[in-house]
Amino acid sequence: MDILIYGFINSATLALMALGFTLVYGVSRLPNFAHGALYVLAGYICWLLLNRLGLPYILAIALALAFVAVVGGAMYQLILVRIRGMSISEIIASYAIGLAILEGLRWGGLKGGTFTLSAFLEGSVDLLGVSVDFQRILVVVLGALLVGLLYFFVNHTRLGLALKGMAQDERAALTLGIDSDRMAVASMALGSLSAAVAALILLPLGSIVVEAGYHVLIMAVAVCIVGGLGSWTGAILASFVIGFAQILTTVYLGAHFQVVVAILAIILTLILRPSGLFGKQKELEERV
Amino acid sequence: MAKAQESRRKERLDRGVKVRSDGVYAVASWREMAFLLGPRLLLIVGLLVMPLVLMPSPYWQKVLTIICIYSLLAIGFDFLAHYVGLVSLGGALYIGVGAYISALLNTEMGLPIWATIPLATVLGGGVCTVLLWPCLPLRGVYFAIVSLMFPLLAARLIEAFDVFGGTDGIMGLDGFPNRWSEMYVLIICLLLVLFALRRLVNEDVGLVFRGVKDNDQAVKASGIDITTYKALGVFIASSLGCLGGASLAHIYMWAGISQFALDFSIIPIAATVVGGGGTLAGPVIGCLILVPISELLRDFGTLRVAVYALILMGFIVFKSEGLMSYGSRKYNQFEHWVEI
Repeated sequence: MDILIYGFINSATLALMALGFTLVYGVSRLPNFAHGALYVLAGYICWLLLNRLGLPYILAIALALAFVAVVGGAMYQLILVRIRGMSISEIIASYAIGLAILEGLRWGGLKGGTFTLSAFLEGSVDLLGVSVDFQRILVVVLGALLVGLLYFFVNHTRLGLALKGMAQDERAALTLGIDSDRMAVASMALGSLSAAVAALILLPLGSIVVEAGYHVLIMAVAVCIVGGLGSWTGAILASFVIGFAQILTTVYLGAHFQVVVAILAIILTLILRPSGLFGKQKELEERV
Repeated sequence: MAKAQESRRKERLDRGVKVRSDGVYAVASWREMAFLLGPRLLLIVGLLVMPLVLMPSPYWQKVLTIICIYSLLAIGFDFLAHYVGLVSLGGALYIGVGAYISALLNTEMGLPIWATIPLATVLGGGVCTVLLWPCLPLRGVYFAIVSLMFPLLAARLIEAFDVFGGTDGIMGLDGFPNRWSEMYVLIICLLLVLFALRRLVNEDVGLVFRGVKDNDQAVKASGIDITTYKALGVFIASSLGCLGGASLAHIYMWAGISQFALDFSIIPIAATVVGGGGTLAGPVIGCLILVPISELLRDFGTLRVAVYALILMGFIVFKSEGLMSYGSRKYNQFEHWVEI
């Protein structure tokens, strides 16, 4: 029972971490390797607003979300737009931005232990014989809510449909008057926003540390590759596969192996089925 | 005024000697020979003289050896990325494998340092090639992502299984006999590698490599097994990294998990971008610039990595051709404004 419940929670956590990455990649074919950095940045900004400026929690969260979304959009508008389409440059540049943010924060004194956000809800509940605290339940609920919201957004709003159109065929979208650069900015902002949302939901479970940035990046990449880059269904399914695999290895082998599982999952997927669980044949040709 | 600007453009003309030296018999006078040999001699003599110039400060001599190690790694990255078309973000894997192999050969089997380094170079190249073999069909972004994961995985596995000394690493390796041998071995290796790779990429093999980079399907269609060639490329590049790693282990007299660290993955890439991709000598120049910066910033801890990342970002966005290509253009061509 332990394994089932914690596996479920862990899977929801992974899905939250990966949503932003898969959103950006799905729309603008841009592997955003600064994803983890934006995640940590959101937590840190929120902490600063709470503890240095003394803002109320809700306001701090809203401001942190807005700030990170703007940073994400600006990152595209100022830097990535110049190297769009050169996939290697995109990776290196976005990775470099992420490194600069993370190591800059580390230099600025972001160390483990001191920086914590308090949980939204205190207390815990007994669920089928396993005690689970409210924050973890909130993770699952908000995760599901976020997925639902993004689904609604992509399929039922003008901007979302434009994004979807661009993901399917950029040239056709351009002829229909969709400005692909503006859409890409929007997708980066949205992706960063969802990284920030994930950060603010997940970070109260631990403390804000720089290493979380690398961890989140690896997990997001793992989930997206196993699920098939750019595929939503794949990403959610993959986060369940990896989530349960991680909990199982933690229980039977030890906590050291958590990251090993994720990395092995990436490597095995790329070797055995490079387009991922839900990838399409066309993408396979691009890869192999 | 703005209009006047628009109606001009820059015209570039090759210098006469450059045009003729693209053929076989190029040189007409000592002046032209000096023109052609100058930059090459500058690099070779410069590197050979550097340890003597730096004699007053052993610290900077040490930095020079580190520069050579990073240069080897960066040349490997450049070769793999710009001649074979595989972007490997995990240079640390090569350093780590080389370091651990030479450490094991030295401490467990008691081989002398002059045997461990060449053995680690060849064996390490083999090990890295075998490890990366399953990923070779991948290309572009996907190979980059997987290769980024390998050093992380290696470090985690060593930590998790507690093999090879676990988190403490392997201690008590033999050092180099003296610091002169340390420097000159590396510098001469570096120059030989530069020379050999420059020759290699102009041979038939190099042609196939570039074919794999530009259009692997076409190469495949002409009956050449591209995976073998990619593996050969990876073997060459990873041997260079392993050579660097083995030397590093003997310089520090220690091999440990930190040799899988991020620095070894990011600095060669930054050096290649700064120096100019696809030029082979460019990465060396990049390392000559970046590694001293990193030493000067040592007091600031991880700020170094942030500074690198910023330099890298600036170069890749605003000057992606790199210093080497820029310099050789200025050297080989006349430039002037012409009215249109």
